[in-house]
Amino acid sequence: MATVILPPRHYLNDGYGIASWLFTRDHKRIALLYLAGVTFFFFVGGAFAVLIRLELATPAGDLVSDETYNKLFTMHGVMMVFFFLIPAIPAVLGNFLVPIMIGAKDLAFPKLNLASWYIYMLGAAFTTYAIVTGGLDTGWTFYTPFSTMSSTTKVIPAALGIFVTGFSSILTGLNFIVTIHRMRAPGMTWFRMPLFMWSTYATSLIMVLGTPVIAITILLVAAERVFHFGFFDPTRGGDPILFQHLFWFYSHPAVYIMVLPAMGVISELVAAFCRKQVFGYTFVAFASLGIAVLGFLVWGHHMFVAGQSVYAALVFSILSFLVAIPSAVKVFNWTATMYKGSISWETPMLYAIGFIGLFTIGGLTGLFLASVGLDVHVTDTYFIVAHFHYIMVGGTIMGYLGGLHYWWPKISGRLYNEALAKFSALVIFIGFNLTFFPQFILGYLGMPRRYHAYPPEFQVLNVLSSAGASILGVGYLIPMVYLMWSLRYGRLAGSNPWGAVGLEWTTTSPPPTENFAETPVVTWDAYDYGAPVEGHVA
Amino acid sequence: MLPEATHHAHHPALAHHFDSLGQQKEAATLGMWVFLGTEVLFFGGMFLAYAIYRAWYPAAFAVASHELDITLGTINTVVLITSSLTMALAVHAAQLGQRKLVLWFLVATMVLGAVFLGIKSVEYYHKFEEHHVPGPGFQFEPEYFRHAQLFFSLYFIMTGLHALHMVIGLGIMLVMFWWTWRGSITADYYNPIEISGLYWHFVDIVWIFLFPLLYLIGRHGV
Repeated sequence: MATVILPPRHYLNDGYGIASWLFTRDHKRIALLYLAGVTFFFFVGGAFAVLIRLELATPAGDLVSDETYNKLFTMHGVMMVFFFLIPAIPAVLGNFLVPIMIGAKDLAFPKLNLASWYIYMLGAAFTTYAIVTGGLDTGWTFYTPFSTMSSTTKVIPAALGIFVTGFSSILTGLNFIVTIHRMRAPGMTWFRMPLFMWSTYATSLIMVLGTPVIAITILLVAAERVFHFGFFDPTRGGDPILFQHLFWFYSHPAVYIMVLPAMGVISELVAAFCRKQVFGYTFVAFASLGIAVLGFLVWGHHMFVAGQSVYAALVFSILSFLVAIPSAVKVFNWTATMYKGSISWETPMLYAIGFIGLFTIGGLTGLFLASVGLDVHVTDTYFIVAHFHYIMVGGTIMGYLGGLHYWWPKISGRLYNEALAKFSALVIFIGFNLTFFPQFILGYLGMPRRYHAYPPEFQVLNVLSSAGASILGVGYLIPMVYLMWSLRYGRLAGSNPWGAVGLEWTTTSPPPTENFAETPVVTWDAYDYGAPVEGHVA
Repeated sequence: MLPEATHHAHHPALAHHFDSLGQQKEAATLGMWVFLGTEVLFFGGMFLAYAIYRAWYPAAFAVASHELDITLGTINTVVLITSSLTMALAVHAAQLGQRKLVLWFLVATMVLGAVFLGIKSVEYYHKFEEHHVPGPGFQFEPEYFRHAQLFFSLYFIMTGLHALHMVIGLGIMLVMFWWTWRGSITADYYNPIEISGLYWHFVDIVWIFLFPLLYLIGRHGV
């Protein structure tokens, strides 16, 4: 192998200084701006989780008051959902990869892309202001009439922050949709696109169709709180349940905003580390769209105990079961891809395997919750908490970290310490399960969520969960260290360290600002591991 | 350095990451349509709330609706539809590269938009004087006091957000005026005018729904 050298000209050395970053239009640099943002807010949200788990280590509510505890879980949820999980994969990995994977020079609207980062940061600033000036106690769900009439905490600045950040999500989705429609390189047909593009496209559809609804909902809450308008005020004939319908019309699909891109990442990882075409490519592609469409029709399963009609509950229950079909298609197809594949166990693959297992558990317990009767039994218990953490942490964060490790050599041009990376993937997997599996049992036994104290018989399981959370926290800190370290000291990666196929591996690491020296002409299918195409293999 | 920089002279409006002006135009147009899709969902939340509450409280909604000034509302509807006409004429003139005509039609569109907002503020002022703004100062006949507040809450938020979209539209028209004035808009590059027109028409269409839903409820029965 020839000596690997850095390309003389790439996006990271195309201009130095703070202004070259803050005014950049390059999607790759904007991806890194987002990376800094979401990482920061991930650790802010994580800090609240630490305090929650510390409080729950003992049955008595002894560390913080009940009111403070309400604020802790609210701010953990708000930070993690709106400022980490939703933007993480689309705005970081999607931003970096969408143009490169389809052979374009940039997203269709580079200025809008930069604007979306500023909008994200502005929204984060409002919400941070709400947090440092006293916090918020409504839960991340902002349920009325508590949020409009009773809560005395910083509802308005927090809600404003989420409203504003929503527009960054809308603009990112819009940019991806237009880019994928209009900017594909010659020969890059829809069915030659990597599956990460399909899942990003499906995610973008949800972003542009769902986010405006949460925007108007938050605006109505704000108008009710500030101007005493009465949209959800029962004393004036308004309906608080209408708020829940509008809220979940966005916030359930938002779960798919979080997990669909992770599924796309997993398709890339499984193909690359099994050296195989993804089994049933078209099915996986359409499963993404199927999840996006069905995801809009199931919000009522959050409201089985909220005074919804029985018939509506039955329909929502059945529709919720249907979402399992495209989700299972993906899991089966990844597994089938691995079958008789030439599997290599590099770090990203460990995350992929972790995702498949944990997502399966999260998804199957989701079916428990889609059944009306069982859901009534475990509503507002730790079973729910465990279920959605299996999807969001076990699914989304596993996918995000797997993708970050897989494309890190492309992003930075350098390799991280593989042994340390494998070790931390293992730590995260163990810590995650120890944190959240006991919560399934706690919930099934009847421990309610959102209380700072609990009966002593739940202590053993809670201590296990808190211990797991400490391990998980350490697991998240290790990659911070070795990834930063690799930026300066890591071995040079070369353009294709994994021997993977896909347009991103045909350009240099890091890529030049315009991504490709010449616009690529695509004559092969995605994941064409069987028949190497000339000029396509590293 | 860039290989493609050498093959042909670029149109000054062509951004570096597009291959052709046609591709750029298609991208911008699709972008605006997707954006308008998000707007439909944005207003949709309010239309949903309106539909539910009107179905629940039809009598209160009809009575409260009669408090709106149907004359001013009708005039405003005509004003707005006319502004859509001048907007469409501006796009047509831009396609033909008739710069002066574009400028005149843009001015006409802006004037009509401003007239609409002026009449709207007169209506708001009347509602304020009549204590029809929801909240602690709200006054209404006791029978419909509670539910009429829902109607006026919806009236103010729906027409208010519509008016905000008009203000943004006026801002866009000012930019279009400036671009046309300095000569950036030509017969082979008029897409900014066209997609601004899409936005303007969309805002008009929202009003076409708002007017009957808010002003004309139960007119046939009175």
